[in-house]
Amino acid sequence: MIRLTINGREVEVPRGSTLLEACQMHGIEIPTLCYDPDLRLAGSCRMCIVECQNRPLYLAACVAPAEEGMVIETHSPGIIEARKVILELLAARHDFSCQTCDKNGDCKFQDYCYEYGIKESRFQDGGRHIYTVDDPNPFLERDYNKCIMCTRCVRACEEITVARAINVEHRGHHAKIATAFDGYLEDSPCVFCGQCIMVCPTGALTSKVSAGKGRAFEVDRVLTTCTYCGTGCTLELNVKDDRVVGVSSNRDENWSPVNKGALCVKGRFGWDFINSPDRLTTPLIKENGEFREASWDEALDLVARRLQEVKDQYGPDSLAFFSSARVTNEENYLAQKFTRAVLGTNNVDHCARL
Amino acid sequence: MAQEYRIVLANAGKIDPASLDDYLNAGGYKSLEKARAMAPKEVIELVRNSKLRGRGGAGFNAGMKWGFVPESAPVTYVVCNLDEGEPGTYKDRTIVENDPHLLLEGMAICAHAIRSKQGYIYCRGEYPYVVEHLNRAIAQAKQRGVLGDFDIEVRMGGGAYVCGEETALIESIEGHRGEPRFKPPFPGVAGLWGKPTVVNNVETFANLPAIIKNGAEWFASIGSPSYPGTKVFTLTGDVVNRRAFEVPTNTTIRELIFDLGGGIPNGKRFKAVQIGGTSGAFIPEHLLDTPLDFDSMRNAGVTLGTGAVFVMDETRDIVDVVTRIAKFFEHESCGKCNPCREGTFRSYELMKKINAGQATPDDVQKLTTLSKVMTKACLCGLGQAAPTPILTTLEHFRDDYQRRLLAAIS
Amino acid sequence: MTNSIGELEKDARCIFVIGSNPTENHPVIGMKIKKNVLYNGAKLIVADARYTDLASIADVYMPHLPGSDVALLNAMINVIISEGLADQKFIEEHTEGYEEMAKVVSKYTPEYAETITGVPAEDIRKAARLYAQSGPATICYAMGLTQHSTGTDNVKSVCNLAMVTGNIGRPGAGVDPLRGQNNVQGACDMGCLPNVYTGYQAVTNEAARAKFEEAWKVKLPDKNGLTLTETINKAHHGEIKALYVMGENPMMSDPDLHHVEEALKNLDFLVVQDIFLTETAQLADVVLPGACFAEKDGTFSNTERRVQRVRKAVNPPGQARADWEILCDLATRMGYPMSYDSAEEIFAEITSLTPSYAGMSYQRLEGKGLQWPCPTPEHPGTAILHKDGNFTRGKGAFSAIEYKAPFEVPDEEYPLVLTTGRSLFHYHTGTMTRRCQALDEHVPEAKLEVHPELAAKLDIADGERVRLSTRRGSIEIKVQLTERLRPDVVFTTFHFAEAAVNWLTQSELLDPVAKIPEYKVSAARIDKI
Repeated sequence: MIRLTINGREVEVPRGSTLLEACQMHGIEIPTLCYDPDLRLAGSCRMCIVECQNRPLYLAACVAPAEEGMVIETHSPGIIEARKVILELLAARHDFSCQTCDKNGDCKFQDYCYEYGIKESRFQDGGRHIYTVDDPNPFLERDYNKCIMCTRCVRACEEITVARAINVEHRGHHAKIATAFDGYLEDSPCVFCGQCIMVCPTGALTSKVSAGKGRAFEVDRVLTTCTYCGTGCTLELNVKDDRVVGVSSNRDENWSPVNKGALCVKGRFGWDFINSPDRLTTPLIKENGEFREASWDEALDLVARRLQEVKDQYGPDSLAFFSSARVTNEENYLAQKFTRAVLGTNNVDHCARL
Repeated sequence: MAQEYRIVLANAGKIDPASLDDYLNAGGYKSLEKARAMAPKEVIELVRNSKLRGRGGAGFNAGMKWGFVPESAPVTYVVCNLDEGEPGTYKDRTIVENDPHLLLEGMAICAHAIRSKQGYIYCRGEYPYVVEHLNRAIAQAKQRGVLGDFDIEVRMGGGAYVCGEETALIESIEGHRGEPRFKPPFPGVAGLWGKPTVVNNVETFANLPAIIKNGAEWFASIGSPSYPGTKVFTLTGDVVNRRAFEVPTNTTIRELIFDLGGGIPNGKRFKAVQIGGTSGAFIPEHLLDTPLDFDSMRNAGVTLGTGAVFVMDETRDIVDVVTRIAKFFEHESCGKCNPCREGTFRSYELMKKINAGQATPDDVQKLTTLSKVMTKACLCGLGQAAPTPILTTLEHFRDDYQRRLLAAIS
Repeated sequence: MTNSIGELEKDARCIFVIGSNPTENHPVIGMKIKKNVLYNGAKLIVADARYTDLASIADVYMPHLPGSDVALLNAMINVIISEGLADQKFIEEHTEGYEEMAKVVSKYTPEYAETITGVPAEDIRKAARLYAQSGPATICYAMGLTQHSTGTDNVKSVCNLAMVTGNIGRPGAGVDPLRGQNNVQGACDMGCLPNVYTGYQAVTNEAARAKFEEAWKVKLPDKNGLTLTETINKAHHGEIKALYVMGENPMMSDPDLHHVEEALKNLDFLVVQDIFLTETAQLADVVLPGACFAEKDGTFSNTERRVQRVRKAVNPPGQARADWEILCDLATRMGYPMSYDSAEEIFAEITSLTPSYAGMSYQRLEGKGLQWPCPTPEHPGTAILHKDGNFTRGKGAFSAIEYKAPFEVPDEEYPLVLTTGRSLFHYHTGTMTRRCQALDEHVPEAKLEVHPELAAKLDIADGERVRLSTRRGSIEIKVQLTERLRPDVVFTTFHFAEAAVNWLTQSELLDPVAKIPEYKVSAARIDKI
């Protein structure tokens, strides 16, 4: 353990902790934009700067190791001023269309502007780059007018998905997140997993499938298991007014043990079949080659009668049940129980081999 | 009258730089032999005692830097910074053009001290002929076997100023975007490909053969005690002798400009000198008697930097010069950290406004606030130093700004 | 999987992927493998007729001819034995049948295998050495290995390879079948198989049967039932008269759809319970609307045997009901009262009858779920099976396996090998993903992957519609030129009803043990239209 002083309070932290971790351990809030506990550290947004006695420079808390005897101020007037300047610099390049932004209410940049009272930027005289928003892919909206260059998307693409589809191009104020030669995502190694959306702290990266359907403060998030392949990723269904309007993910290993928030294109963008107008909403009975709607009572009575008739006439082994690798364990259990106990045959199988 | 004292340029003009024999006849590679007869620890100790400090700008004790490399590290690298990107600086090129083997010998001494088998010279992209020159020298040295099992490869930069920063330089050698890393960890612990790495400037390496040959005490007794030895300065601008001078570090700025440099041409008056490169401070006349060593300069509120000396006479428009400098940084910021990426851009915008006579005192206030935040909050030396010309001219040449603002008001 | 997904990210020092394309079919597992290989120094071997994304970062890539897996694997074992790389201690202490196996593989020299697989002998040697010498090694396989008439042989050969090097029962050392569907593991665990109850308790085992008879209070049939493919065949012959299909779409997913269609039409009565009017549902006499995963509570068991919660987020549309509620209602109407208040109550019944699930409860599944076997309420679950080489059955059994050619080998009339699989952007028969706007917009149609050399020979161009035929029939399909394939192999996906490739696959010869169809090898031809 090492001892240091933060905001006049002496605290103890394990050796090897960063100043940010030290602050977090002791309940001191430090703003961060580029910091992401699952990604390689960048130390580049400089929002987490703190003042250290006898050091001429501010230290970025996310990357600065806590050292014995350090005397740290996290909210000194100089630090507050510096953070305001940094936020104003970002504000000067940011498209403030919060009213229509899908991330409204779920945006770290918005939160910090609010906290630090940034209503407008002192530095916007020189204008800003205007980026066209025109990537034709059906999954991801890329609006770099809202990008604050934290590079979390680049690192997530490189380190979580390992697609390495995007990086920073150009330098300085002209720097921008782009695919190789700044083309469309579909011409890049992008696999549309949307991990970039997961880590983006602003509205620069959002889901086209969920656009306009519900903002963070309007939706309930229901933790569940993905319905596609056998990996068993945990995801969150975003629900508004009894409709699924999107998918997000939980990055806590204790709640998302397999994927830690990572998803694939189907998991993140393949949810709208739930609301498809093609969904079956009532039992159907075929008469003269045509389906007609029926009540549950009528349909189930018919099924019960016909199955019983076949069983009586040809014996139980003339019946068979195909269960499903997509329904729950409980339903599969009942399916084989129904087949064995009610139909009286072991002719039950599912598509394990297909 | 101040005089040159040559250590790193001792052979300049005396030997054929393309001839290894010439270098050997002048006593070349004897120091390497001597160093190799010593234990690596002893070499580090000797260099530390000589008080040789890095000549690239940061002025860190070279022996101490080498000492950070863990003795148990199986793989270490020696990297020479020849990315001489500071406008007005050409000392490293001068050294290498005149005496390439001096650099190779210095690197090999360092390699022995940190048990490295591989060195890299990161050469500025605008010096393609220097690369050829160095490759020829390396080939000669290998053929003759003077480097032993130490290998040196020359890598070329792509023209980015920031790659002169040691961690950005390392990223560039690794094939990534030239962007600085945060420190710690320092390269001595985790540098090139994550391995312990010593990065030194050409001039630092070039001092080593003489230090090994003549001893630590000899070197420590030259120039200023806290920053001993010599320093190569390159004079540019409104000065009669625009060339490189190697002088002891207790030489003053005035002596350098007026004794060696021959003063201001055409009978004009001195107005300012910018020392250390584009990010250096603008120094007014009353500070000219400051000795050109790291600590004296720092005490005067300025940095020594790379040794570029840019002299301006009374006709020069300070605000215009600083605006051009702001443009340079706007262009050269790598874009990694917020205060530098956005700050250099906005600084340039504000300087353009001031230079055009359209600014209000409020704009100057904004510029000052922004500049002060940048010096403390930026990730690397580029952003931290970029506002220095602005802040030092606002301090020492405020009238020049005031005149522009008045114009704006009237 | 014998091991856990997380081990593919860090513990495995060598990963051998055969007949599996994780970056498209198990994308999150694919991500973990890539991370391990690119950033963590793990070695990667890929054997696949298609040059997959993983193949592009592999240390050794072996494009073996579809159906030649046994020859390839035997040759790797041959190299391992002949070069002294086998783990003798593991073989002696933990296995049986080594001698017979070694005798059979002795003739599979890399040079001999090259003549069958088309993989250069030197690459086979390199792969064998890498697998044996890199440290803990994991074999990942999927349907590319199993969907063959020799599927069981292929899997046994994989096990031989793992056992001969002792790569079983340690972190990063195991055999990992990557299962293709969200709850295919669970459906098997729950006894939706013709020969076992839950937890693989055999229906022919009298004690097990007695246990279920007592719990369910009914007399149970004592002989094994029919597999899915056998059921279709029997329906065709008229022996199966009525079929209940819940959440399956055999009219897309099963081999030789002509045959399936005839079989289903031959039934006296077909009930389909699903969320969409699938190709199969269209043939039904009664269709019952079920609920999708977002509309009900329950559990899924993933490929690493982890049982995880499924939680209801929204109500089913219209009158649609959770599938378990429908089954209860129906059973009750058929004179066998089934009544549960919740999915949790059903789960409690499952755990009471299933030793490997016995220690689980919804409360314990909160958070990270549990990996079976989990026999008691205190048991933490099992991340690695056959720990330290102590096989569940006692000793690990080597199998002596000879290479057998696929059912159909190319001939003059059908000179190509057609193989099938999935795309990243769609899932199985497309029932769900084809109704996802973005997914279907991005990949709206089936493409037949053809090597440019073959295309030149047949004078067909990229994007051209061609007729793809096998002995079962033909479909029209658009060509996509790609160098990802061998020139003698063509590939397409089975997601698209408009070009349903299962009209072309064969159902005559199944794997004799697993009854799995040979989707991965059909002799085919391409004709210009």
